[in-house]
Amino acid sequence: MRMPEMLKEVLKNLFSKPATVRYPFEKPQPVPGTRGALTWDMERCDECQDCERVCPSMAVKVYPEEKKVEYNPFKCLFCYLCVDNCMQKAITGSDIVRTPEYEKKVEVYESKKGEK
Amino acid sequence: MSETTMSKKYTVIPFGPQHPVLPEPVHLRFIVDEEKIVDVVPNLGYVHRGIERACELNDYKRNIYLCERVCGICNFVHGMTYCEGIEKITDTDVPPRAKYIRTIWAEVQRIQSHLLWLGLFADAIGFESLFMQVWRDREIVLALNEKTNGHRIHLETNLIGGVRKDIDESLAKTYREDLSVLKKKVEMLKPVFHNDSGIRAKCEGKGILPKAKASFLGAVGPTIRGSGVKQDMRLTGYEAYGQLDFEPITYEGEDAYSRMLVRFDETLQSFDLIEEALKQMPEGPILNKNDRFPEGSVVVRTEQPRGELFYYVEGNGTNKLQRCKIRTPTAANIPPLVTMLIGYEVPDIPTIVHSIDPCISCTERITYLKGGR
Repeated sequence: MRMPEMLKEVLKNLFSKPATVRYPFEKPQPVPGTRGALTWDMERCDECQDCERVCPSMAVKVYPEEKKVEYNPFKCLFCYLCVDNCMQKAITGSDIVRTPEYEKKVEVYESKKGEK
Repeated sequence: MSETTMSKKYTVIPFGPQHPVLPEPVHLRFIVDEEKIVDVVPNLGYVHRGIERACELNDYKRNIYLCERVCGICNFVHGMTYCEGIEKITDTDVPPRAKYIRTIWAEVQRIQSHLLWLGLFADAIGFESLFMQVWRDREIVLALNEKTNGHRIHLETNLIGGVRKDIDESLAKTYREDLSVLKKKVEMLKPVFHNDSGIRAKCEGKGILPKAKASFLGAVGPTIRGSGVKQDMRLTGYEAYGQLDFEPITYEGEDAYSRMLVRFDETLQSFDLIEEALKQMPEGPILNKNDRFPEGSVVVRTEQPRGELFYYVEGNGTNKLQRCKIRTPTAANIPPLVTMLIGYEVPDIPTIVHSIDPCISCTERITYLKGGR
């Protein structure tokens, strides 16, 4: 009878370290270049609504009169079209991926430009 | 088969919609005579999502991201095919560099998808350690996607008229390095898939689909190539495939084993195609913007990891499409699946069902309800 082809690999795996990350105890390092969580900088934002227009999942709503941006991270695909299209560079992404949350909250960013 | 003969002589075994072997819900009714399968009645419609209708209500540029959601595993090819359709009806010329970049990403996705399937197939035939091994190696290509595109599965880099991201010299180096590591690991698995006695005993001679029947029933992708028919949409030369030198892989075995070997060898072929495309890639722009609204209709056919993907796009000169019809490869492979199951025994079901690489969520485009509701 022939020896099973995988036997050598199986024996090697018995004595090697696990390939997986033990998640809650050990967190994976953020990878540079990952499309992660988004934030709006209202100091720069001029409420031009470009992000609202390009967003494929309609996760962004801009209210120019109230100088307000509503962003729903639970609808967001993290495609970064808004980041690419923002002419004021007001939207910034990060390497850190959003974690699950208990409540579906909409994030509201309000401009304080007029108050000063 | 009439109801009276069924109740007297045969047993009906429901398989699915929830079954440990199935990654997605599909319901198959097996009519069996003792252990032998006499007839199969497939029943789809458990994960219908109404994407085609949503495509008509959405802005045509937003549809790229919607079409990528038709299938998670082969999302890039869906986005690419939709973009190709819109580009054809709006007379947009795609820069040659963008064509090469699209080809590279489509092939990276083929590697990812085939490795996923090889693992699932090993799991379906009860070879757990091989399943773990393949999925551990697949992690390399997923990490590569995250490093280069930002997401592990959904690349989201298609735009009408080109691509969003360029593969510059440093990225090309990352691709070459990581893929050469992965290629070595996949080559190490070659003797296992080609020679292992356990796999051969479980798959050889199971789910026979004769060459003539495969063509007659319209099987696509590795399912028909496992029956010895040289049918591959990449031969039509869309994107940069026309400039690349390759021969579709076929096996003459006509059974589940040859379908598996086709997929395994295609994975290795994809490494060579990426290498060749990276070498040949010309310099130049990657995006040719064209904001004209689509008017007219077009049919686009491309090769997904699972087979031929069909898109019919019809525009009426506004920013919304008149019609977007999608046919995924699994829809074409369900009639061959039904014929290849007949005559085999109940324990062979997981092997044969998995051998077509079923992707049920992609298949569910239309649901007919009884009584016209």
